[in-house]
Amino acid sequence: MDFDDTREEAAFRAEARQWLGANAEIKGGAFETWQSRYSGRDGFDGLERAKAFQHKKAEAGFAALHWPVESGGRALPPVYQVIYSQEESRYLVPRGYFEIGLGMCMPTLFTYGTDAQKRRYAPAALFGDEVWCQLFSEPGAGSDLAGLRTRAQREGDEWVINGQKIWTSGGHWADWAILVARSDPKAAKHKGLTFFFLSMKSPGIETRRIKQISGASHFNEVYLTDVRIPDSQRLGAVGAGWGVAITTLMNERLASGDLRGPDFEEIFGLARSVSLEDGPAIANAAVRERLADFYVKTQGVRLTRFRTMTALSRGETPGPENSIGKLVNAPKAQEIASFAMDLLDMGGVIMDKDTAPLRAAFQESLLNSPGGRIAAGTDEILRNIIAERVLGLPQDMRVDRDLPFDQLPTGPR
Amino acid sequence: MNFDFSSDQRSLREQARKFLAEHASSTRVRRILEGAAPYDAELWRGMAEMGWMGTAIPETHGGAGFGYLELCVIAEELGRSLAPTPFSSTIYLASEALLLVGSPAQKKRWLPRVAQGEAIGCFALAEGPQVATPGNITTRADDGRVSGTKIPVMDGDVADFAIVVAGEADGRRAGLFLVDLTGAGITRTSVTTVDPTRSHARLVFDGAAAEPLGAPFAGWPLVERLLDRAAVLVAFEQVGGAQAALDMARDYALGRFAFGRQIASFQAIKHKLADIYVAVELARSNAYYGAWALSKDAPELPVAAATARVAATEAYYQAAKENIQVHGGMGFTWEFDCHLHYRRAKLTGLMLGSARRWKDLLVTRLQAGAA
Repeated sequence: MDFDDTREEAAFRAEARQWLGANAEIKGGAFETWQSRYSGRDGFDGLERAKAFQHKKAEAGFAALHWPVESGGRALPPVYQVIYSQEESRYLVPRGYFEIGLGMCMPTLFTYGTDAQKRRYAPAALFGDEVWCQLFSEPGAGSDLAGLRTRAQREGDEWVINGQKIWTSGGHWADWAILVARSDPKAAKHKGLTFFFLSMKSPGIETRRIKQISGASHFNEVYLTDVRIPDSQRLGAVGAGWGVAITTLMNERLASGDLRGPDFEEIFGLARSVSLEDGPAIANAAVRERLADFYVKTQGVRLTRFRTMTALSRGETPGPENSIGKLVNAPKAQEIASFAMDLLDMGGVIMDKDTAPLRAAFQESLLNSPGGRIAAGTDEILRNIIAERVLGLPQDMRVDRDLPFDQLPTGPR
Repeated sequence: MNFDFSSDQRSLREQARKFLAEHASSTRVRRILEGAAPYDAELWRGMAEMGWMGTAIPETHGGAGFGYLELCVIAEELGRSLAPTPFSSTIYLASEALLLVGSPAQKKRWLPRVAQGEAIGCFALAEGPQVATPGNITTRADDGRVSGTKIPVMDGDVADFAIVVAGEADGRRAGLFLVDLTGAGITRTSVTTVDPTRSHARLVFDGAAAEPLGAPFAGWPLVERLLDRAAVLVAFEQVGGAQAALDMARDYALGRFAFGRQIASFQAIKHKLADIYVAVELARSNAYYGAWALSKDAPELPVAAATARVAATEAYYQAAKENIQVHGGMGFTWEFDCHLHYRRAKLTGLMLGSARRWKDLLVTRLQAGAA
């Protein structure tokens, strides 16, 4: 066990630090993000700048450290990603634009795509020239994703898609998408799905922004009307789309789990700067106890991730254990936001950026954090995954498992 | 970077687990629980033959000279098996104090015997039901003699020597003192605790001969340094115990049927077990970091130890209490082993000070680091 860098790791860290120092902007102030510096309220104007930064990052070889060399990576063990992230965390870097493409879509393409497809799409995604999104969830199929109803009907060498997707992050700026759709409604629900990728510029795609409780719009509804996809853009066999989707979701659990809102450092800073009725908040026993709880969880998730990286470096595949990070971090973000506002007492409600501490980051997190407990698997689904796939407990009763999809009972629609 | 034990260390774990499954079965633990003896002497001798007492004691003092990572591995397995021995008092505290600040003569006298399993040590800090602080220690050391009452002292009834925390005559500074418990001026009485598988005593010192350990009255920082090191090792015992309680709950839930189904198929049970799993894994990760800091004596140790202590204490208590709940009425009986972990969880959670106290200490240390 060694938490220190090896000689090679130290050299890589120095290289990353030097490159970031010369090419990235150091975070200004207590809590600043790419969005808060470059974007308007809805957070999308930073895309062009983000693409330019991603291009530089890819050129310098930091964009996909563990990818194979022929796809533009460096084939480094996963622990190098931890080192790079540690260094990058002090800088203002674009987040949320490329993660779905690089973290989920490309790994799926690497597994199921042709060599020609990998050569065509991977570099463009890596250099930030093309942005990807994922067309998975539907209004009636979130946690029960395999209940999706978007239809894919074959017509010669093409497939015709009709249906509606929802919660599509970045769908309005994406160039390409991965899609899972129902190709056989007569088959049982997991058996009748097929997986594709398609251009978001295809005729028949309409993207509508969804306004969230925070007022921001990170997600979209996507309507697909007679959208045509060549069969060459199918990933995996006809009817085998569920297995492909699982590949994507396993990578999602590895990629997600990072906290976007204020974390321990921010609540610790706040407790040291505000006063309660009998002195500084940091001197209050109840406050100290909460702070310690937040720290122990934050550190525990961070170190658990390091253990995962070590396991991956030994050649093990990312397993369901990775659900821990998101299951702990998402509710913690909500608790930290609420506790921070409690420390500010009546003034905690203020969302005016010039008045609220950290430019109202805690207040924004209060409104954003409920989403973290739902996106990429709800807390409840993640507990089921741990119970079933890690602890080996029985699966929940599924009355729909073997029924043909078109005979499944549905609620009022 | 490498955040796991080496393959050698993992095979040591397997070896320890196998040995303890055979020699520290629940039947054996229950003999101690029901008062047959203060500790399992046969198991203690077996552990000595395996060389466990000398794991982190250098070869020059008769030990095996492995290191603290290996000791952490053994601690986890001891916690898992509930082994009723004076290992933690002797190894994590008493012999550790000698290794840290003992004089060459003190080390030479005690460490080889500890390594052989021939001497049992204890650490006498608490003075009754209250937080031990530098200000409220009333035991006094003066001119090579120590006087005062220590309670509870884990394994104080069976120990050969004690590391006693005592203050100067004017009570301003505290320090560590080494006391040979076979000497005069010492009265020992057994004390009943929530966990009879670890025996405890009241030690009354009435002018007992005492040697200063380290610089006289080196003060509270030395006590804290010792507690930090023990906290990492006890955290591994707690993680081992928590994992065992989780395994018990899982196995029972899989085998027990209600309403025509395994109770493990009910989401209420599945989610409860998933939450325990998450708590245990976070505690394990924090313990690993503590192990690394301990093995390197890294500057991160005080924060890492407090973090490991808090996470492990809470995970073990959660696992132990919910294990009883999953077992339902059976879990509340003497017959089932659930209460053995429930007792041990609370005992290990208090033996170096409560989680409440360690949380306060953690924030103090984070403040110092951030200042």
